[in-house]
Amino acid sequence: MSARERIAGNVASYVDDRTGAAGWMKKNLQKVFPDHWSFMLGEIALYSFVILLLSGTFLTFWFDPSMREVIYEGSYVPLQGVEMSAAYASALDISFEVRGGLLMRQIHHWSALIFMAAIVVHLMRVYFTGAFRKPREFNWILGIGLLTLGIVEGFLGYSLPDDLLSGTGIRIAEAIIQAIPVIGSYLSYFAFGGGFPGIAFIPRIYTLHILLLPGIFLALITVHLMLVWYQKHTQYPGPGRTEKNVVGYPLLPMYMAKAGGFFFIVFGVTALLGAVASINPIWLYGPYTPGQVSAGSQPDWYMGWLDGLVRMAPPIEPVIFGYTLSLNILLPGLIIPGILFTGMALYPFIEQWITGDKREHHLLDRPRNAPNRTALGVMSLTFMIIALINGGNDIIATNFDLSINQIMWFSRIAIFVLPPLAFIITKRLCLSLQRADRDLVLHGRETGRLVMMPSGEFVEVHEQISPEKAWLLTQHEQNQPLELAESDLRGVRRPGLLKSKLRKRLAVAHAVQVPKPNLSDLKELDHH
Amino acid sequence: MSSEIEAIQDPGLPEHKLRQTDIDPKAADRAERQVAILFLLSAASTVLFIYSYFFIPTDTFLFIPLFGDHNAHQLFLGLGLAFSLLFIGLGAVHWAKTLMPDHEVIAHRHEFRSSDSDREEFVKTAKEGAASAGLGRRSLIKRSLGLSIGLVGLSPILLLRDLGPTPGDDLKTTSWKAGTRLVTDPGDRPIRPEDLEVGAVAQTLPELAPGKDHHTLNDIAKDAVLLIRLRPEEFNLDAERLSWTHEGLIAFSKICSHMGCAVALYEQTTKHLLCPCHQSTFDVTRAAKVIFGPSARSLPQLAITVDSEGYLIAQQPFTEPVGPSFWGRKA
Repeated sequence: MSARERIAGNVASYVDDRTGAAGWMKKNLQKVFPDHWSFMLGEIALYSFVILLLSGTFLTFWFDPSMREVIYEGSYVPLQGVEMSAAYASALDISFEVRGGLLMRQIHHWSALIFMAAIVVHLMRVYFTGAFRKPREFNWILGIGLLTLGIVEGFLGYSLPDDLLSGTGIRIAEAIIQAIPVIGSYLSYFAFGGGFPGIAFIPRIYTLHILLLPGIFLALITVHLMLVWYQKHTQYPGPGRTEKNVVGYPLLPMYMAKAGGFFFIVFGVTALLGAVASINPIWLYGPYTPGQVSAGSQPDWYMGWLDGLVRMAPPIEPVIFGYTLSLNILLPGLIIPGILFTGMALYPFIEQWITGDKREHHLLDRPRNAPNRTALGVMSLTFMIIALINGGNDIIATNFDLSINQIMWFSRIAIFVLPPLAFIITKRLCLSLQRADRDLVLHGRETGRLVMMPSGEFVEVHEQISPEKAWLLTQHEQNQPLELAESDLRGVRRPGLLKSKLRKRLAVAHAVQVPKPNLSDLKELDHH
Repeated sequence: MSSEIEAIQDPGLPEHKLRQTDIDPKAADRAERQVAILFLLSAASTVLFIYSYFFIPTDTFLFIPLFGDHNAHQLFLGLGLAFSLLFIGLGAVHWAKTLMPDHEVIAHRHEFRSSDSDREEFVKTAKEGAASAGLGRRSLIKRSLGLSIGLVGLSPILLLRDLGPTPGDDLKTTSWKAGTRLVTDPGDRPIRPEDLEVGAVAQTLPELAPGKDHHTLNDIAKDAVLLIRLRPEEFNLDAERLSWTHEGLIAFSKICSHMGCAVALYEQTTKHLLCPCHQSTFDVTRAAKVIFGPSARSLPQLAITVDSEGYLIAQQPFTEPVGPSFWGRKA
């Protein structure tokens, strides 16, 4: 035994004597992780969070979260002598006086954008493959919580520098708070320590941004990952993969090396963006003052859909018994997002109610094999994309020389018309793909080789697909819609008929499918 | 699945395929060298990072075709950091893919549900525990505990009360009074009608009250006013609103009636004011009536006239609250 091995052994037994960790470690170092590129999306989000913590900590060493007025005397000439808040001045100092400060600011902002993008794409992967099904509903809800928190955290973060753009964002947030019925103006005065903008807001959101929310993030992410660990990862269907097993690489060494390496790749790419791609050049915007605004004011992308909804809202503001109800703000700013996010969080339970399926699922669905779910997802995405496009309508109008009014009217109509259309088209596409799968299994793949028969007829030679591929295309379950009796055994109509009728209709819609081929189909085909 | 339909069978996990590095020691050595080169590239990048930090002055600019001027210090510092990280990652992944054992392993899953006996025992233990504490029997304790916990929950909410004052009349008042002069922003110079040509627009504020040396942001957030000059015959106003104008000069609150952004864009040809935040569009000739976008209210108009010295002044304060709506706006 070499000296190094002896030392390592001593350290290990010292720790194990006190914790008994060896048994647990032995088991978990062998833990199996299935391999697929789409499983790295959540990893990107996790690693971006680590990058945010590291770069954010660096920024706190110089950032002064104060709205105290100072005269700028730094090295950026165009703003010298200008009155501004200490927050903005210190953000300028980080950009111009601290070596590596601008790099860190840009890494921090880029990784926030990547963090949110990774969360959204990860959520799409989980949704479209049905990974949220039992037993993973809790983790789905945690994920929705993290997404919501991420939007808030991101907004607070880019509000901190107190430049003209971010101040305008805070102004809009203030208007949303103020629009809340009955208590709105009180909430706003509490949040801002008086009238807008006051001097209390930036220090307050600083505490939320660097302490409270990251703490909650850390706790939720820990639980999210512990559940993934404990429940074991889902896997894509394929030969040898069942509901009862996990096929993949062990944690040590393969997965650890790949995942660890991937952290450095994500960090490296983020740093590369921070090095070459300018983001949020606050010195160009100038300090915030409520009397000014820069044309083309845009929030970060994950807020863009919200801004787009606010822009397209109709000008409705009824006055009821002398009290003003700003539906033009409440509808797009709070009510619709509230409905969307609640619906998203409850979706696993809604689908379970529709299908009546109470079993565990560890094999992922191919999206085409769940046409209704896939169509609903594409429908929601269409809604969000239209809202996002409308959030940039001014940029689109100036870049493409279009009328902003026409873009707005397009969005106002499209947001009602296109999502249902997307639903119908997606569902048809899924069923067509199912049909194509069926054809592929039954008739094999087209080889492109034409053969002339003795009769002079030309036929294309088809080639049987591999048993692995045939299995992949036919392994999924095809369940019949849930049967619901409208009356009980004695012929008495059940209570809640309307609810059960709705459930029945949804169950039927959910179970629409092209029958998958089986061996008897194949044998029958052989007779021809 | 019904038994008469014969499903296609699972062919089972495909056979493990050996990689070139598994069978050819030379390929394995080559892979080792490649991994080492990647790690060395990372080390070289860190050297670049350190060099940039100390030896590239922060005010050096570098012209890069297509990208324009780039700060060389920041660029090379960033590139050094990026590649030092990136190459560690690429090296580790390449190492894993070529040299680490890539046998797929099968682990088994177990249902998460506890066994029935465990469940029963848990229920029994929980019930016994609750019963021994007397939670079910001693309802006085249960209720008083509920009350006290509920009340304790109120304390932190109460403690937040001092976050700010109640709004009072603050949202409904501005610094504009009858006779307040309009002054330029920036500059604080009083304005005569002839200072603005037809078609011109100026951002104005109320003159500073005696003893104040500058406008606070809170004041600007309510006081900012746009002064616009049209030809008098271009107005399409009722008699009262027309009397609020002066020789073609008309003044509106600059704070958007939708969400409080500065309504900063004025289109001279159409005489429209546009808010850049959500594109609410207001027609200046019709007292800033909303003609497009999400805002539901006109911009409040400030009645103006001139004082004895010929400077523009407010005839009266705003007759309605400026800025975004709130519940008690009309109350």
